[in-house]
Amino acid sequence: MSNILEMRNITKDFPGVRALDDVSFLVKEGEIHCLVGENGAGKSTLMKILSGVYRKGEYQGDIVLSGEVMNFHGIRDSERMGIGIIHQELALIPELSVYENMYLGHEIKRGSFIDWNETITQSVEFLRKVNLAVEPEEKVKNLGVGKQQLVEIAKALSKDLKLLILDEPTAALNEEESDNLLKLLTELKSHGVTSIMISHKLKEVISIADTVTVLRDGKTICSLSKEKNEINTQVIIKNMVGREISDVFPKRPIKEAGSVALEVKNLNAFNRELGRDIIKDASFRVKKGEVVGIAGLMGAGRTELALSLFGNPLQYVVSGEILIEGKKVSLSSPKSAIEAGLAYVTEDRKGNGLILIQDIKQNITLANLREISKNSIIDANQEINVANEYKQSINIKTPSVEQKVQNLSGGNQQKVSLSKWLFTLPKILILDEPTRGIDVGAKFEIYTIINTLVDEGLSIILISSELPEVMGMSDRIYVMNQGRIAGEVEAKTATAEQIMELATD
Amino acid sequence: MNKIKNYFSELSVLLKLNVREYGMFIALAVIMLIFSYYSGGLFVSPRNLSNLLNQTGYIAVLAVGMTLVIIIRHIDLSVGYVAGFVGAVAAIMMVQYGVPVGIVIVAVLLLGTLIGLWHGFLVAFMGLPAFVSTLAGMLIFRGALLQVTQGTGTIIIPNEFFNAISNGYIPDIVKVPGVHVLTLVLGLAGVGFFIYSEFKTRKNKLKYNFKVISMSMLLTKLVFVSSIILLITYILATYNGISWTVVIMLVTVGIYQFITNKTVIGRHIYAVGGNPEAAELSGISVKKITLLVFASMGFLSAVSGILFASRLRSATVTAGVLFELDAIAAAYVGGVSAKGGIGKVTGSIIGAIVMASLSSGMNLIGMDISIQYIVRGLVLIVAVVFDVRTRNKK
Repeated sequence: MSNILEMRNITKDFPGVRALDDVSFLVKEGEIHCLVGENGAGKSTLMKILSGVYRKGEYQGDIVLSGEVMNFHGIRDSERMGIGIIHQELALIPELSVYENMYLGHEIKRGSFIDWNETITQSVEFLRKVNLAVEPEEKVKNLGVGKQQLVEIAKALSKDLKLLILDEPTAALNEEESDNLLKLLTELKSHGVTSIMISHKLKEVISIADTVTVLRDGKTICSLSKEKNEINTQVIIKNMVGREISDVFPKRPIKEAGSVALEVKNLNAFNRELGRDIIKDASFRVKKGEVVGIAGLMGAGRTELALSLFGNPLQYVVSGEILIEGKKVSLSSPKSAIEAGLAYVTEDRKGNGLILIQDIKQNITLANLREISKNSIIDANQEINVANEYKQSINIKTPSVEQKVQNLSGGNQQKVSLSKWLFTLPKILILDEPTRGIDVGAKFEIYTIINTLVDEGLSIILISSELPEVMGMSDRIYVMNQGRIAGEVEAKTATAEQIMELATD
Repeated sequence: MNKIKNYFSELSVLLKLNVREYGMFIALAVIMLIFSYYSGGLFVSPRNLSNLLNQTGYIAVLAVGMTLVIIIRHIDLSVGYVAGFVGAVAAIMMVQYGVPVGIVIVAVLLLGTLIGLWHGFLVAFMGLPAFVSTLAGMLIFRGALLQVTQGTGTIIIPNEFFNAISNGYIPDIVKVPGVHVLTLVLGLAGVGFFIYSEFKTRKNKLKYNFKVISMSMLLTKLVFVSSIILLITYILATYNGISWTVVIMLVTVGIYQFITNKTVIGRHIYAVGGNPEAAELSGISVKKITLLVFASMGFLSAVSGILFASRLRSATVTAGVLFELDAIAAAYVGGVSAKGGIGKVTGSIIGAIVMASLSSGMNLIGMDISIQYIVRGLVLIVAVVFDVRTRNKK
């Protein structure tokens, strides 16, 4: 078989981070090729380059499609060459019908007008190809996620597709839907369509893949082939994890953990918008002076768990019991959560963590203005003093606390976010991906701060996608998988393979 | 020689850095010069300036409220007709029911606040876009205004106290022919306070090793601003002095400036505008802040309604028409960011004066009303484009 696609020496830099480092990626014509790796390994970035999201020049290296070097300037260019990508978040318009969605952007025209009859006739044909039995006039919003995904695939097929890319297609599907999808991919393969599938579900990967490529830390680690009988769970996991946990993590003195600070019993959360449970029957406890890690893959429900605890600002339907220092609490808003002693450093600093257009001192004091005001009037001097104290103790690198947060580096922004929540004097601090997108030096500083805090008796919940980080920093680790807590391990004795197995199906 | 060179280079750097803030004053100065020239000095006559400020009053208080509404990323289109309606209710209470003027004022301020709460409720708790709920409010209160003035048409208000709010001037302490002494005294006091607070801020900043402008720059600023204040008070003093409208305007700005700058509520308002999700996660109730800001807008609409009815000495069927647009324009010209989270009430007052000067000047030189609308529209575009451009640079 010849190669339909060859990506040669691809390197892509983001500010401060090298996302892809000299990656090469080979796909043979007519195969199903699975791309696996931990979160942040560079899978999605690689696919974005392939589908033209990043233009030539924003990365180094070559894309060679059927022997020709490509020069994509946008998704339209890659679509024209027969590449179709189906993202995790579906890109359909709910209020439009199935056929309108399928031909959106490449309408069938007669003269300057859309030929709707022809559109419907053709859409029926492609819907049959993906085994989807719905009327083309049906509105997309009335279909379940599984069927919507098939509509997306039918849409891709209608564009004269040669190479189909699926980014975690089964993440939101139930078992039956997943099986159907996998069957469809095999069927398409027999019709000559080549597929690239990103997946965390290794069972699926093993059942369907002709070739598996493993990415780790922006590098190609290996390519395993079914023909040579190289594909099995152990090998894949070993290559996904495969790194030594060196002493990038500062040691902290081993201490006997104290009394239980936080206990969560049978927490359930239902997301009305998605129409499904996002947290299922989660129970766990965090002791005083302890770092509890929460591991899991993207979409396992870790951030949702944190939000459900922290006053449930997104209005999930939450049930279950939360006890802080043995007392049952009702946390109906972030305000009540803060008052109960919780603090939450969010995953997305820029999105919902900081107010970028405001300065450092305003951000640090925002969640606890009461502390620096008298009769509701803010004491400006005290505010500056507080900000300066944190500037020193947390080592925020800035000439002045009047600097706007948007002008700071990622690491310093994270330190501001941390200061803000420490200023609320919490008992339990939830850190959601605290080192994402920041450089190694700042990472180490944040780890050191974590150690100091637990030494002072604070309890920390550390949510992280980076396995070495969770394993290096935590005392105990809970592993989440599809909204459930799939298992608990001791950080000292656990292996990365063990955690990966709990996190994948 | 070198010193002078340094002085001007620092001045130009400072102007460039604060182009957004100073741009407004420069625009105001340019507008005033142009109209003074074309009206043969009539524009800066004591009588015209005094009138200009009185006309600005009812828009300026709306602009103050609108500033907060835009900061939290909303808009209120209903304020004009709410002001008109409230003015009519005040007139009817006084004229038809003989209610004492004090009670009338308190009652209509309350009425305005309730209307604002209603709009806030729709936005915060019913999830209506502010554009829609206040557009509906615009229709509803336009109808309500027509309804209450249907039988009578224009209602003349005979109450002298009420009419003095927008037509009267503060009394003088001593009688000196040709000059209003108290106005001058207040002007001087204002200058004194300004200089004092500038030095105090500077001292505080130095204490924390913050960057401050050099002494010569500070003196330039002090001389510049003080002479403007003194010039205006002098011109006003040679006419009737400071009007009650100006007093109300200044008090309103003072209170709102204090609330937005110094209090927890003010900080919460800016936080909600800067990043609602982050604000909510910081324990701030975005809904409550929204409700509060719309209630304050309603309250200030009522103040505006009283000022306008008092100025006309009557309630009319067309009271309040297009006030909302003037107020929104004033806020934007005054530097409120269309993206929310940024803006100062003091800026909006200057914005209101810019817009009023433009109208007044164009009237004075006899420009056709059709052209006037077009010019005002263009000025609004220029102001916002300027704002977006200068902000993106940073």
